[in-house]
Amino acid sequence: MREKILAVIEKNSRIDIRDLAILLGESEVAVANEIAEMEKEHIICGYHTLINWENTSEEKVVALIEVKVTPQRGMGFDKIAERIYQYSEVNAVYLMSGAYDFTVILEGKTMRQVAQFVSDKLSPLDSVLSTATHFVLKKYKDHGTILCDEFQDERMLITP
Amino acid sequence: MRNPLSEKIVTIPPSGIRKFFDLVSEMKDAISLGVGEPDFDTPWHIREEGIYSLEKGKTFYTANAGLRDLRVEIHNYLERRCNLSYNPDKEILVTVGGSEAIDIAMRAMLDPGDEVLVPQPSFVSYMPCAVLAGGVAVPIELEEKDEFRLTPEKLLEKITPKTKILVMPFPNNPTGAVMRREHMVEIAKLVEKYDLFVLSDEIYGELTYGDEEHVSFASMPGMKERTVLINGFSKAFAMTGWRLGYACGPEVILKQMLKIHQFAIMCAPTTSQYAAIDAMKNSDDDVRHMRESYDQRRRYLLHAFEEMRLECFEPLGAFYAFPSVKRFGMTSDEFASRLLQEEKVAVVPGTAFGDSGEGYLRVSYAYSLKSLKEALGRIQRFVNRLDGA
Repeated sequence: MREKILAVIEKNSRIDIRDLAILLGESEVAVANEIAEMEKEHIICGYHTLINWENTSEEKVVALIEVKVTPQRGMGFDKIAERIYQYSEVNAVYLMSGAYDFTVILEGKTMRQVAQFVSDKLSPLDSVLSTATHFVLKKYKDHGTILCDEFQDERMLITP
Repeated sequence: MRNPLSEKIVTIPPSGIRKFFDLVSEMKDAISLGVGEPDFDTPWHIREEGIYSLEKGKTFYTANAGLRDLRVEIHNYLERRCNLSYNPDKEILVTVGGSEAIDIAMRAMLDPGDEVLVPQPSFVSYMPCAVLAGGVAVPIELEEKDEFRLTPEKLLEKITPKTKILVMPFPNNPTGAVMRREHMVEIAKLVEKYDLFVLSDEIYGELTYGDEEHVSFASMPGMKERTVLINGFSKAFAMTGWRLGYACGPEVILKQMLKIHQFAIMCAPTTSQYAAIDAMKNSDDDVRHMRESYDQRRRYLLHAFEEMRLECFEPLGAFYAFPSVKRFGMTSDEFASRLLQEEKVAVVPGTAFGDSGEGYLRVSYAYSLKSLKEALGRIQRFVNRLDGA
């Protein structure tokens, strides 16, 4: 049941427990319990809203920063990551395979603000060797949802 | 001037769906649960193969029977999914949708006066195609008490010395009924005993719910040499507009079907065929995902019907439910028309699929949860009003 619950709420976290139970053919209590369990086990870590900020009057820039680091004795990647992800302007931190170590996704109001974060906070960290900052120009698709498309049912109203 | 028309075509009544379609088209803000096709777009990797084939200039006729690569993939697919093995060179024909396959199978097999047994309610094409092919279409009226399955008793009742073809329309449009292996065993025995041929339309074969998977009628003992299996890409792969289906069966029948196809159609659309190769090869996950999504909405619809006390047997196939409106003392047509007028929800009266559909509605659940919710809310309001609640 878990995977089925997750598959539905990953796309629609606002669905009623009641509706979800009907869709899955389970009781409401069972579904509610399962969700509570998964929250406890940190399988479900939050319920967020997918916002297309481009359609608001809010100014926002998002940057993707490649970070190379040298892990130091007694301080593996996890410790370094922690020093980065604690900053509230940091949206996501991933440890990567390949040419660099971390992907850091950063949100700021202006490019200057992002640049400042990189030069004042990120680069001076002892373990950080280098950074490369890429600004996001346009989001087409996020979290599996196409942002620029309006859904239209193209089907005829009645077909055999 | 002489009458330009053939008497045969003029006497065939137009599709019952047509009339309702015209009604609905006039209503601007109607919401519909009347569509007989998936709400999913064709998976992108399939569409891309179609586009790619155009870019490469694959814009010519294919072999009459269809691209050999596609026929091989159809062979592989049927072996994988249905445990059936058809020779790609002699026993598989790619057609313009399942509909063409129905038509040419009838034309290849019928002589004037041969009888075709058509279980109803069922898809609108079987009867007219049988008649156009010179046959005599004989409906078998299925009933809700049998969960709209074909029973051996009902079949036996209609078999005459002239009976040649039995149509097996399962999983069924419009009822959602399925035939499990144990139900087909007895039918197969009668087919053998009375020396009949079977046209098994399994276009909804990928869309069955519950614990058991679909079993092809052709895989029943002794049935492969008596069955023309019809399937296609429209429903399972959400490819209705590509117009692509296929027929598999004994070489002696397929050879004649190919002849008709060759003269009337030449070959199925080339672009669609290239896309379909990818559909056969790489879509098991997509199909599973779509099936699960239909199943969820099926449960949602049935639950809503139960709450509004709209009787409905549990459909285990396709993407339709077939609730009964008999308790309101109205015909299907009256109910559907009033529902459209008063609440602007379009469903299809059961009678569009044969007389035995009287008292029922076909409700499709190939709609987003949001649309279903809105439509079901309106149906509930309508039913409450009828119940005087």
